Amino acid sequence: MANGTTSKTQTERLQLLRVLGPAHIWALGVGIVLVGEYMGWNFSVGKGGMIAGLIACWVAGLLYTCVAMIDSEVTSTVAAAGGQYAQAKHIVGPLMAFNVGLFLVMAYTMLEAANAITVGFLLDTVAGIQGHSGLDQHPFIVLSIMFLAWLNYRGVLATLTFNLVITAIAFLAIIVLFLSVQFGASSVPLDFSAITNDPLPYGWVGIVASLHFGLWYYLGIEGTCQAAEEVRSPARSLPYGTMAGIMTLLIAATMTWYVCSGLIPWEYLGQAGTPLFDAARVTGNSWLMVLLFVGTMFATLASANGCINDASRAWFSMGRDRYLPSWFGAVHPVYRTPYRAIVFLVPIALIFALGAPLDQVVTFSILSGLLGYTFMTFNMIMFRNKWPLDTIKRGYVHPFHPLPTIVLLTLCSTAYFAVFLGYGTQLIAMLCFYIIASLWFHFRRYQFVRRGDQFTMPWPKPRGY
Amino acid sequence: MDVWSKLEYVAWGLSLMFGALMIIDLIRTDSTYDNDLLTSSREGEIEATAERHII
Repeated sequence: MANGTTSKTQTERLQLLRVLGPAHIWALGVGIVLVGEYMGWNFSVGKGGMIAGLIACWVAGLLYTCVAMIDSEVTSTVAAAGGQYAQAKHIVGPLMAFNVGLFLVMAYTMLEAANAITVGFLLDTVAGIQGHSGLDQHPFIVLSIMFLAWLNYRGVLATLTFNLVITAIAFLAIIVLFLSVQFGASSVPLDFSAITNDPLPYGWVGIVASLHFGLWYYLGIEGTCQAAEEVRSPARSLPYGTMAGIMTLLIAATMTWYVCSGLIPWEYLGQAGTPLFDAARVTGNSWLMVLLFVGTMFATLASANGCINDASRAWFSMGRDRYLPSWFGAVHPVYRTPYRAIVFLVPIALIFALGAPLDQVVTFSILSGLLGYTFMTFNMIMFRNKWPLDTIKRGYVHPFHPLPTIVLLTLCSTAYFAVFLGYGTQLIAMLCFYIIASLWFHFRRYQFVRRGDQFTMPWPKPRGY
Repeated sequence: MDVWSKLEYVAWGLSLMFGALMIIDLIRTDSTYDNDLLTSSREGEIEATAERHII
């Protein structure tokens, strides 16, 4: 009887397709993030020197390990598109969910725009090397967004299989560079003398300041849970893919710091646009240069691709629950993708990619991500308090609770301070934006939400209800 | 006109093509299918049918 009911329901309703496995989840998480190894992280070295850059790498790694563990536990239970948005809706409440949904869309759309800007910059660099000065970057920025949006529109399996291939190549490029330098393929030897000669050029405050850009190594790994409604086995695939992803990134981040810091003087490394590509150029090996250029391009495209996937799922979920107009909650009848959400977010990404400077776009993305991580801390506490371990089944139970939550909150607070040091105005502007959006949701939009329909998980009543 | 200048035009052309493919398909889909069917997705059904939270 239950099976008959299920079949009838599925034929009458359009759902996202459940076609993904753990490897796709790994590709989604690592694909979004790996671009941070290819660029951005090195500004942490500029803020505080080589040692500060390494400390930022590992402290941010600890922060994101906490994020991955907490996220894996909750997501293995709240397996719905929208990820943290759906978690907030079930565990905290509607206003928190609306804000978390906005954090996700803003973080991923701006990261997508930043990646598109980087594609234009990379091609301009190559054109310059070949003697063509003044390349118009705009058509390449627009093309990267349009192509990846079209790919996402056509189906999630092809999109994330594409991500799996290009992410794996980009990761292997880092390993090949590391091994090549270790085994003497570089004409310039590794030099770590600055660690002893000039360990902390800006003192201890330099370490705090560098943490802002240390986040780049891992920013976006939490995006794995956006695919929760499209994986064949959410309770198994999501924790497995996410934890494998953070392990991959910890290895890649440490290798990246080691190779780049050893080959490039820290004063230059702290300002470099493409540190891994520049490290390959320093080796004097043309094969490594080509490989790392390909790796940089693939990492950038994989990140933009994953961002389109995640932002559209978050927007789609909010539309489906009527937190936004329900028009956005549509599924394509053939491709089974949230096609209206994908198309709607394209011009927004284009506006940021064509009209805003890269550092501002990146900072707004980081700030939205940080707000999301802060939410995770009290979300986790509330989840364990309302539904203790013996009340609902979890695909993964993270260890040492509440220690990871406390560590995450402490590191988030430090990261806020670090961001405030460099981008205080943007931080305040972003908070104002979310406060105004919250007021709009509370006074205008929430009247359209079907309040009984939005809580969908078949859980028992929370403790103390 | 060197190869990079030509690539700029190719990139504009491909961008227009991918944009047009999405817009045309969106309009065709929206005019072919009933909106109630297109927006019929519900969040909890997968979880409710695939996994039951019983220990």
